[in-house]
Amino acid sequence: MIIDHPLLGPRDSAEFTYMGDAKLIDRPDPDAATAARDFYDYAYLRDNPAGWHDELWFHEQGDRSWLVVTRNTITHEIRQVRLARDVARARGRST
Amino acid sequence: MRYSGFQVIKQALTGHKGWTPAWRDPEPQSHYDIIIIGGGGHGLATAYYLAKEYGQKRIAVLEKGWIGGGNVGRNTTIIRSNYLLDGNEPFYEFSLKLWEGLEQDFNYNAMISQRGILNLIHSDAQRDAFIRRGNAMLLGGADAEMLTTAQIKARYPYLNTKDARFPIKGGLAQHRGGTVRHDAVVWGYARGADSRGVDIIQNCEVTGFRQESGRVVGVETSRGYIGAGKIGCAVAGSSSRLMSKVDMRLPMESHVLQAFVSEGLKPVMPGVVTFGAGHFYCSQSDKGGLVFGGDLDGYNSYAQRGNLPVVEDVCEGGMAIFPAFARARLLRMWGGVMDMSMDGSPIIDRTPIGGLYFNGGWCYGGFKATPASGFCFAHLLARDEPHPTATAYRFDRFETGHMIDEKGMGNQPNLH
Repeated sequence: MIIDHPLLGPRDSAEFTYMGDAKLIDRPDPDAATAARDFYDYAYLRDNPAGWHDELWFHEQGDRSWLVVTRNTITHEIRQVRLARDVARARGRST
Repeated sequence: MRYSGFQVIKQALTGHKGWTPAWRDPEPQSHYDIIIIGGGGHGLATAYYLAKEYGQKRIAVLEKGWIGGGNVGRNTTIIRSNYLLDGNEPFYEFSLKLWEGLEQDFNYNAMISQRGILNLIHSDAQRDAFIRRGNAMLLGGADAEMLTTAQIKARYPYLNTKDARFPIKGGLAQHRGGTVRHDAVVWGYARGADSRGVDIIQNCEVTGFRQESGRVVGVETSRGYIGAGKIGCAVAGSSSRLMSKVDMRLPMESHVLQAFVSEGLKPVMPGVVTFGAGHFYCSQSDKGGLVFGGDLDGYNSYAQRGNLPVVEDVCEGGMAIFPAFARARLLRMWGGVMDMSMDGSPIIDRTPIGGLYFNGGWCYGGFKATPASGFCFAHLLARDEPHPTATAYRFDRFETGHMIDEKGMGNQPNLH
């Protein structure tokens, strides 16, 4: 698989480490009343879809950036690659 | 028809005209007491033990494709019970004991061969870990023996014991481990279940569940609605897809695992060998092909095929310990989709929905578990309580902190 890195261009997926569902960006509020249940859900439960999936890839053998890759889990087609930083900011995770 | 030496001779003398199909191809009835979704090894074993050991009647197995077309036909056929943790070892040893009596039990030749499995040791720390695991196996009623390099060399003279990076320092052997003809396991369980009245319905995909006041009452299928008293799901690889139909999210990801077979060679591998420094394991089939495998591809996948980087990685692992195999050509490779759970261990449990039971999360250890998985799932379905060897395989263990993490990898499914 080739991942089209937003900064570096097309790179071999072997340079990356797969880090799972991109929902891991949405860390729950540890002070919420439901935090225990929320963190169980966050840490252990997955949608695991057959089809389009937003997922985190860490460019470990490259520039060490984190990417959100939208990939089809049946065909391995990649539709969109974004910097995880930009996705997290757009979701209000940090400033 | 009961298979026997007498039958073989009788049929040979009468032109082999008397053999009958091993199982029927029935039309689905409108209602069953118990429906098992998934006609793989685990589903068929469940139906077999439900009928044989638990005296249940009116059972159906629903299979989307054809029986034996999924992971039970895609594995590397190894059986063993070399686990460390309390939640696992008694279960897998129960499974190995069932394997030992299976052919007589279901009157079918599954070519069970207890040729032994050997886990190689490459460092002092690994030796300590394997001694501990061997002791845990002995405590669980299994067999285990630590072998010296000289003992290993006598059995596998072409092993590269003096590799500069990963020298072989010894090994942990389980002599009762081995291999099984995987297709015959499916056929044997299917035939055994069918002869006890179980309807095996192929080309019947479950498309939804019908519920009434918090309880399942039946399934919608590609061959119409079928009512059921209880429903058991045994569709490892596609568990998340099936359970999403009742809005359940599971503690697992689906990953593809590849397996490989070389061209046929003369007998060189007397047993099963696993590399302890990389991920590579190998045995030789009765046809002569080297059957081997290694790591997952590493990212979520429902494609029943893998990609090339892992092929290279697995073959590198093989070369490190078996340089003599360098000239053997790869004949075939294939992939199967695994339920990779968050702790590397399976789930056999009730669901929050009444009458709906779940069996899955087998990671890449499902084949060896087939008999015990079926037995324990049948126990759960028939008695509504877990079998004594499968009490730890609960859904809520992630929430309560009772993970069964053999490798200590945490909630990273692709690392188990």
